[in-house]
Amino acid sequence: MKSGKSRKKWNSIRLFLYVLPFIVLVLVFSYYPLYGWIYAFYDYKPPKPFSQAQFVGLKWFRSLVENPIKVKQLLQVLENTFAMSGITIGTSWLPMIFAVYLNEIRNVPYRKFIQTVTTLPNFISWVLVYSIAFSMFSSTGMMNSFLMKIGAIDQPILFLQSSKHVWLTQWLWLTWKNLGWSAIMYIAALSGIDEELYEAARVDGANRRQLIRHITIPGLLPTYFVLLMLSIANFLNNGMEQYYVFQNAFNKQYIQVLDLYVYNTAMGSGSYSVSVAISMLKSIVSVILLGAANGISKAVRGESFI
Amino acid sequence: MKSENKAVRQPHSKIKMSAGDHMVGVISCIVFGIFAFLCVYPFYYIFINTISANDLSARGVIMFWPQKVHFHNYESALKIDGLFQAMKISVLRTVIGTVSTVIASAFLGYMFTQEEMWHRKFWYRLVVATMYFNAGIIPWYLTMRNLHLTNNFWAYILPLIVQPFNVILTKTFVESTPKELQEAAEIDGAGTLKIFFRIMIPIIKPIMATVAIFAAVGQWNSFQDTLLLMTDNRLYPLQFVLYQYLNQASSLKSMANSSSGSSSLAAVAATAQTSTSIRMTITIIVVIPIMLVYPFFQRYFVKGIMVGAVKG
Repeated sequence: MKSGKSRKKWNSIRLFLYVLPFIVLVLVFSYYPLYGWIYAFYDYKPPKPFSQAQFVGLKWFRSLVENPIKVKQLLQVLENTFAMSGITIGTSWLPMIFAVYLNEIRNVPYRKFIQTVTTLPNFISWVLVYSIAFSMFSSTGMMNSFLMKIGAIDQPILFLQSSKHVWLTQWLWLTWKNLGWSAIMYIAALSGIDEELYEAARVDGANRRQLIRHITIPGLLPTYFVLLMLSIANFLNNGMEQYYVFQNAFNKQYIQVLDLYVYNTAMGSGSYSVSVAISMLKSIVSVILLGAANGISKAVRGESFI
Repeated sequence: MKSENKAVRQPHSKIKMSAGDHMVGVISCIVFGIFAFLCVYPFYYIFINTISANDLSARGVIMFWPQKVHFHNYESALKIDGLFQAMKISVLRTVIGTVSTVIASAFLGYMFTQEEMWHRKFWYRLVVATMYFNAGIIPWYLTMRNLHLTNNFWAYILPLIVQPFNVILTKTFVESTPKELQEAAEIDGAGTLKIFFRIMIPIIKPIMATVAIFAAVGQWNSFQDTLLLMTDNRLYPLQFVLYQYLNQASSLKSMANSSSGSSSLAAVAATAQTSTSIRMTITIIVVIPIMLVYPFFQRYFVKGIMVGAVKG
């Protein structure tokens, strides 16, 4: 009896030991960086080692609201972040519409072709997207040579160096890259809608537009809601890669979102401590947003997504 | 979201359609056609420029079909300083990174179904929770530096071995396989590891393929880690080298806009490399692996995102 029990115990420990190396990796690369938040409370100036840095308490956090230059910068950065995330959330219904109308194409090979081709941009990197943007829209790019050839302009337009409509153009690139892929979730959800609903509606004389409006779209709304909540949770997390590759001296003011600002502050001007302070606040707000979105989801649908 | 196979409903063709119904179909076809064109044309445009005379492509004349076709750009690309090295790094990180992620995901996915494991739920949650928070890139960078993982090839591999999303994918898949197989093997006296290698791996191959594709594309496309961690140019992957060329090209352009269109030495100019030809050739070299892999594995991608949609 006793040996059986201890063997069981040993077995359960053995199973744990198998996964332990991986747990260590997770602790080192995902949890240990949280310890790096401590830099936000010190005056850390490389190349001096951290051991010589002075403890300054909340100095950097206060500077974010007290230093007028910082405040102005930060407000602009927040405006950019809110604008770009806002546009994305405001147009989050696009993939759903994409799926609905793609489904209206009755020619199956054509529909498959469209689906394949439009998901492709999702799988290339932002560097490649920028390379494409460069080839199409630089001063010697395809757009300028085309416009010059037909005589619409006589000086190349510097599309990429423009400080105008930065939010909009960035949204367009994001949409170009993601739209087809985002629609896939909805295409899957479409197959879950009961065919009998359509049959019944058609017997009642509904046309295609009425079917879309009264059956298809309501059928997709639960999926839409979940994805909307997720994008609210990620409101501050635009990522930096897209904006980093597209940024230049001309558009920098409008393209700097929080993630990019954090990077530029640390790696560009060497202010590690301030940068860590901002990133810390950002991470905390993001977790709160996630909790809130999850809470809303629970209240509305009775289902959480975490 | 349970049925995966028939993602798109079959057309209901027997019903007579009104004129308005036809309009919906026709307009959809046209709008989607335009969007598809916008998705494909840039790749085609860059490709035809890499095989056209370089003096023409530098002036942006090539738009719809190649002119004076030649393939020197691809031959000489390999001789460009550091490009071969960058290819090596890209391939190495993709291969090693993918293999390690696939093995780790499969193993963890399986192990986290073993209910006897000591505090199994806690460890599983510990792994999954990392999907929902991160310390931020600068704390991450400082940590990596403390661990001596800057200018170190393993910085491309180690942090990406355990990816919670992939662990959830495989765990969900393992849970959907019949329990009897495992139980039968246990009665025959097979240990946990033996069951994993002999019985589990053959069954979960489809989900391993999905994970492999996600991991490989991620590794191939990765750019940010190099930007943060690497200053040694022998460790730059293709993506980063391409970015440098783009950056140089744009700064050169803005510095010296005066000299343009000096194509007097036409014979040389047709094959001599220009910043445009180098940039576009690297772009195609970076895109090709994705293009080759993508059509075959599209269904795996789709399957992956479906399983992932189920709560972990």
